[in-house]
Amino acid sequence: MSDWLIYRTFLDLTVTGLALGAIYALVALGYTLVYGVLRLINFAHSEIFMVGTFATLITATNFIGIPLLEEGNYPYRTGFTLVAILLACIVGGMVVSGAGAVLLERVAYRPLRGSGEHVGAVVLAFTTAFTVSLVFSETTRTNVIIGLIGTAPIAVLYLRIFRRGRQAPRLAFLISAIGASTAIAEAVAIWSPRDREQYQTARVLEKKVLFEFLGTDVRIDYVLVVIGALLMMTALVLFVNRTRLGRGVRAVAQDVETAKILGVNVDFVILITFLLGGVMAGAAAMMFTLVYDQTRFNIGFLLGVKSFTAAVLGGIGNLRGALLGGFVLGLGENYGAAIFGGEWKDVIAFILLLVVLMFRPTGILGESLAKARV
Amino acid sequence: MKKTRLVRAAALAVSLAFVAAACGDDSDSGATEDTTAAAEETTTGDTTAPAEGGEAAGGATCAEGTSIAFFGALSGDAGNLGQNIKKGADLAIAQFNAANAGCQVSLKEFDSQGSPDQAPALATEAIADAAILGIVGPAFSGESKAVNPLFDEAGLSIITPSATNAELNDNGWKIFHRALAGDDKQGPGIVAYIQNKLAAETVGVIDDASEYGKGLADIVRDGLGDKVVASDSVDPAAADFSAAVSVMKDAAPAAIFYGGYYAEAGKLAKQLRDAGVEATLVFGDGVKDIGYIEAAGPAAEGSIITCTCADGASNADFAAAYGEQFPGETPQTYAAEAYDAANAFLAAIASGAADRAAVLEFLKSYDAAGVTKQIKWDETGEVAGNAVYSYKVEGGAIVVEGLIE
Repeated sequence: MSDWLIYRTFLDLTVTGLALGAIYALVALGYTLVYGVLRLINFAHSEIFMVGTFATLITATNFIGIPLLEEGNYPYRTGFTLVAILLACIVGGMVVSGAGAVLLERVAYRPLRGSGEHVGAVVLAFTTAFTVSLVFSETTRTNVIIGLIGTAPIAVLYLRIFRRGRQAPRLAFLISAIGASTAIAEAVAIWSPRDREQYQTARVLEKKVLFEFLGTDVRIDYVLVVIGALLMMTALVLFVNRTRLGRGVRAVAQDVETAKILGVNVDFVILITFLLGGVMAGAAAMMFTLVYDQTRFNIGFLLGVKSFTAAVLGGIGNLRGALLGGFVLGLGENYGAAIFGGEWKDVIAFILLLVVLMFRPTGILGESLAKARV
Repeated sequence: MKKTRLVRAAALAVSLAFVAAACGDDSDSGATEDTTAAAEETTTGDTTAPAEGGEAAGGATCAEGTSIAFFGALSGDAGNLGQNIKKGADLAIAQFNAANAGCQVSLKEFDSQGSPDQAPALATEAIADAAILGIVGPAFSGESKAVNPLFDEAGLSIITPSATNAELNDNGWKIFHRALAGDDKQGPGIVAYIQNKLAAETVGVIDDASEYGKGLADIVRDGLGDKVVASDSVDPAAADFSAAVSVMKDAAPAAIFYGGYYAEAGKLAKQLRDAGVEATLVFGDGVKDIGYIEAAGPAAEGSIITCTCADGASNADFAAAYGEQFPGETPQTYAAEAYDAANAFLAAIASGAADRAAVLEFLKSYDAAGVTKQIKWDETGEVAGNAVYSYKVEGGAIVVEGLIE
């Protein structure tokens, strides 16, 4: 028995699996929240995560000015400086991802809901004009000018299309989500200085072994990630359960029409839902760069698919489900990879999903944001 | 109901049309092959003189628009390697054009991003452009496997300066040539290095499941036999390699070989070192790029990288010409091989070869001193010689160690 690889590496795999699972769980919360409220799979959420990783990178490298290397070694910091940098990075990630999610909602989804959205239509009009101008000119300044000139007529057109009370079919939301996802990823790929290359983030935390547990090293970054993720989730659950706005979120999740009649500002609640999901993704992004020190324009894709899997695994629409799903997936794929070989890692993730859905079609904990079992 | 039936009928018609088109294609290409063969025969009769070498004669003339193409990754995960190749080819063409006022050759680019999925469409595009007489590339083994049959069908010669998969020359492709030894030479070189120079008794082997990475890793696995104490595969698209790292940590080998490209090698090296794995890291030619050191940081220090490619920078004349063409730069991995490859095509064009069949025929008897080695191909397109060089990461740079005995 002890000859088995899985037996010897079990605890090691558990530690790394829990850390990755915590990141999956945080991202999964964004999918679950939006699904719970809108019954919409927000496929662009993975890009909100990706934008967050770049935000933490820019916070550390450009704003705080930490070099990638100092005298041939990592720029380690200690004590108060370290804590301050980590906090700045997580706040940077949360602010940018949160803002990104809110903007995404206004531009990609709200106009489709027929709420007579103006801001979103104008932003979308600018984006359209700007994109078209890329065909004719390569200088950013010309593009911006053409974009601005084109905004007015196109915005008028969009405002006519997205007029109040005209609800788009369900499929339109899905297509909008996929389109937004590609647009965000490609925009980052094109406008970041090194195009599609991988970026390194400054490593300020020395990855020391914090303690040893039954012969397995437990590293400080893994501990921080797991604890941080649990804290973020507790805060989210408290927010949804205990605050006025949280009650609004639950009300809209239960029944949009009734909530509207009872005076809940549905558009605002949806905005808050996206904001919460974005903030969680931003925190996940910072934790991701903490462990892996790198990012890329397409980093969100695989991680997004896995996190979405985690959300479905735990029961989409259910906050505790996202947490459970994230950890189950993170651990399951790590164990599976050790048993069957690393090339099977992704296959195992989806087989796990299939097996769970076969016995529990609504996920391990079931869909229940509405019932407030958060 | 009626509507459905209509749709079905339309679908049937469309699929029939596709089948017909596919069949038509087949017979077409068959015809092309025949004509190519015929053209070959005629040129065999004419050209008997062997090539005089890489340097163009001076007063060569050729049709306007004559071009050769670069095919490979200019962007994407391993884009740096493609950029190096393009620069080598650029230099050769710039020198040729300067020396031959009557023959201005241009280099067309096909950026496949190294992806076997994107390559076929680009290959079709390259084949359709009759002005292209030869391909410097395809750069990687995976894409080579996908598109070389297309080039073969079209009779469009390729000289790859970098695709080293051992099986590429076993496919009977008449158009295939490579400017460096394949992995069947590199693999044993790696095995020899690990056994003799590192004297490692226990070795871990990881691959990225790609045509190149797995191919090379399997040769190393076979060569080392019992000494391989741990083996795993990773998904290069993933950020987290912790399962593979755990496997290596458990086995604690003296050396770890990874078959794959530089971006993932960097992530892997970092995660291995973070987990406290102290084995000497050994890589193949796909990792020989500064991108590896950027990605791995201090974790890259002391890594061994092997390559059948020569160190272009140690050829003073070539390095000087390269520095003149690209101010402040030294030739990186594959640039010298690409230079040799482009020169072979340019020599063909200078000799008067005006179509693809003539170029292919010319390459058969090509035998000239290149920057990297004597360039001369056997009937499978394998270049003469089997030199494998080792490089070491020292002080944040890839430094040549020398030939592996």
